[in-house]
Amino acid sequence: MVVAFIFVLSALLMLASALVAVTSRNLVRAVMALVLVLFGNAVLFILLEAYFLAVAQVIIYIGAIAILIIFALMLTRHTGQEWGPAWNRAWPWAVLMAAGLAGGLLLVMRAWPMAGRMVEEAQVPADYTRQLGVALVSPQGFVVPFEVASVLLLAALIGAIYVAWGGRKVKGPYPTRSDEE
Amino acid sequence: MVPLGWYLVVAALLFAIGAFGVLARKNAIAIFIGLEIMFNAALLNAVAFWRYLHPTQFDGTVFAIVILAVAAAEAAVGLAVFIAVYRRFGTVDADEITLLRG
Amino acid sequence: MMEFLRNPAVLVEALRALFLGWGLSPMLTNLLLYILGGFALATGPMLWVIFLIWFERKVVGRFQDRLGPNRVGPYGLLQPIADVLKLITKEDIIPAGADKLMYWAAPILSVAGVLLLWPAIPLGLGIGGDLSVGVLFLIAAGAISTMAIFMAGWSSNNKYALLGALRTVAQLVSYEVPAVLVLLIPVMLSGSMSLQDIVKAQNVWYIVYAPLAALIFFIVSVAEVGRTPFDLLEAESEIIAGFHIEYSGMKFAMFFAGEFLHAFTIGILTAVFYLGGWRGPGAETFPVLGILYLWLKGFLVYFVVVWLRATFPRIRIDHMLNFSWKFLTPLALALVTVMAVVDKFVVGLGDWPRALAHLVVNLVLAFVTLHLVRAWARRYPRPKVAEPRPVARPEPQPASGD
Repeated sequence: MVVAFIFVLSALLMLASALVAVTSRNLVRAVMALVLVLFGNAVLFILLEAYFLAVAQVIIYIGAIAILIIFALMLTRHTGQEWGPAWNRAWPWAVLMAAGLAGGLLLVMRAWPMAGRMVEEAQVPADYTRQLGVALVSPQGFVVPFEVASVLLLAALIGAIYVAWGGRKVKGPYPTRSDEE
Repeated sequence: MVPLGWYLVVAALLFAIGAFGVLARKNAIAIFIGLEIMFNAALLNAVAFWRYLHPTQFDGTVFAIVILAVAAAEAAVGLAVFIAVYRRFGTVDADEITLLRG
Repeated sequence: MMEFLRNPAVLVEALRALFLGWGLSPMLTNLLLYILGGFALATGPMLWVIFLIWFERKVVGRFQDRLGPNRVGPYGLLQPIADVLKLITKEDIIPAGADKLMYWAAPILSVAGVLLLWPAIPLGLGIGGDLSVGVLFLIAAGAISTMAIFMAGWSSNNKYALLGALRTVAQLVSYEVPAVLVLLIPVMLSGSMSLQDIVKAQNVWYIVYAPLAALIFFIVSVAEVGRTPFDLLEAESEIIAGFHIEYSGMKFAMFFAGEFLHAFTIGILTAVFYLGGWRGPGAETFPVLGILYLWLKGFLVYFVVVWLRATFPRIRIDHMLNFSWKFLTPLALALVTVMAVVDKFVVGLGDWPRALAHLVVNLVLAFVTLHLVRAWARRYPRPKVAEPRPVARPEPQPASGD
């Protein structure tokens, strides 16, 4: 009962703020709405008893990715400039495609017998986080995906520093579409 | 508890909203926000399936952890690219950057 | 009464029996108990802040050769209450062009981010939080305070507020890296992420195991709170007051109370991670005594924070970032690696041999670090811009009359 109430509350919050995030003209508002979506997701993880993932979600998404987006936003903005139109010219097609996607997914789900499934007897073990930690680094477990993810992160770190490095002489500004027209 | 389907419905709607953001937005960072929403929908699906189908196994959570790592890597590189693009073109509007168009 | 001292859970059981006696359903009773617990956890620390404000003003005053507050009440003890009354009566200003929703939410979130730390803290044996992912939870709560500061800076529609917020966020994100690395050490030594288990594992306090780690954790925590010498987020002389420049009245007081509480909370956290938490003579049999011990230890660390505030000047922003990225992060990384390797060899020997082995490793590492820094400083001396100039020149004495 309480679980269902919290679920509905956070699901509605997530969907509403997701809508704000993709429609708001003010991009800082959009990022804050995104933070709410991420937070709602963490709440759902707690309802799903994935405590480690819930906390990791808050640390990585809110603590790192949202902050990065904010910094990128502040660095790619002319001071005092308005944000400009929110959507491009093809937005009706985008609405159509998104609606089609949602409708298709929901239709598939209606036909699927597992959707009404409740939690079975198998519960999450009490020391699941500890077992997960062991599984992540054991050769019989998931050490390969773990290491691949680490290498990916390292590569991304070096790549990001290289791409954003401001040391070289920049040849721009290159022409944009407005210049051509 | 609530049935598995509820989580899947929320995830599907989130995914669709995120897809709309990716398709319709002009500003590259706004597109990125849509992308993150889609990532989260996938993450929610992975965790929900883990909890309802195999709560004693590790596949679902490891999948989610890898998604988190990929999202972090993608955010770092993507936003660095945006900053580099802004430095060269003076804008991050996806519609404006047409240098490669024939 | 004796029963309560031995096992504080009887209080909860008594309350539960009381509520059930009123004819409430078990679920509602549970909900009510949770709400009451949350209320107590949120209100207690906030009330304690009133005392902290007086204490800090008094101590800083003494350090600066002043008396500090001494007019309202005995020893000026009621001064914070007078301050709050004054702040309540102040006009609540919302600047033009402000993002109202975010402007309102920011002070609340900034206090909430600090209060969120409390459920994870073990106050005594069996009292307080026992989260299985406690250490990560602390870091996650820090992420929320970071968001709050950005929201305050952005929504104020003020150049200085935004500048202050962005440099604050840069500082907090930079110091999060060594903080996480150094938190790994208690986790590694105790083999658990639950703070309760970390405290239970400290038969020998972890400051004996890893004094270097304790020092790094303390420095990083001070930076996370934004206390002097890391108070770049306020920096009155540069950006006026940083992110809360536009806030007035109670909203400003919320930021202020949040900062004071955070300073005390890092004292408590340092005590939990490195000073044995609630452990002390008799704390196992009388868990309530544990709260007192934890409070005393936390207060001691808090006093050092205040002491730092009264002693150090503010660090420059590039030095602040360099200090985190080029000094603390590599040092913390090296410390974690070396201690992990050493721990593999000594994990089976009792508490004291293990502690001594780690202590030696820590001291060697500290010595090597100091040596490297000294060599580096000798090799790249700071360019001298001008001769040192005395701040106050002695006045030429008039020739004594003859």
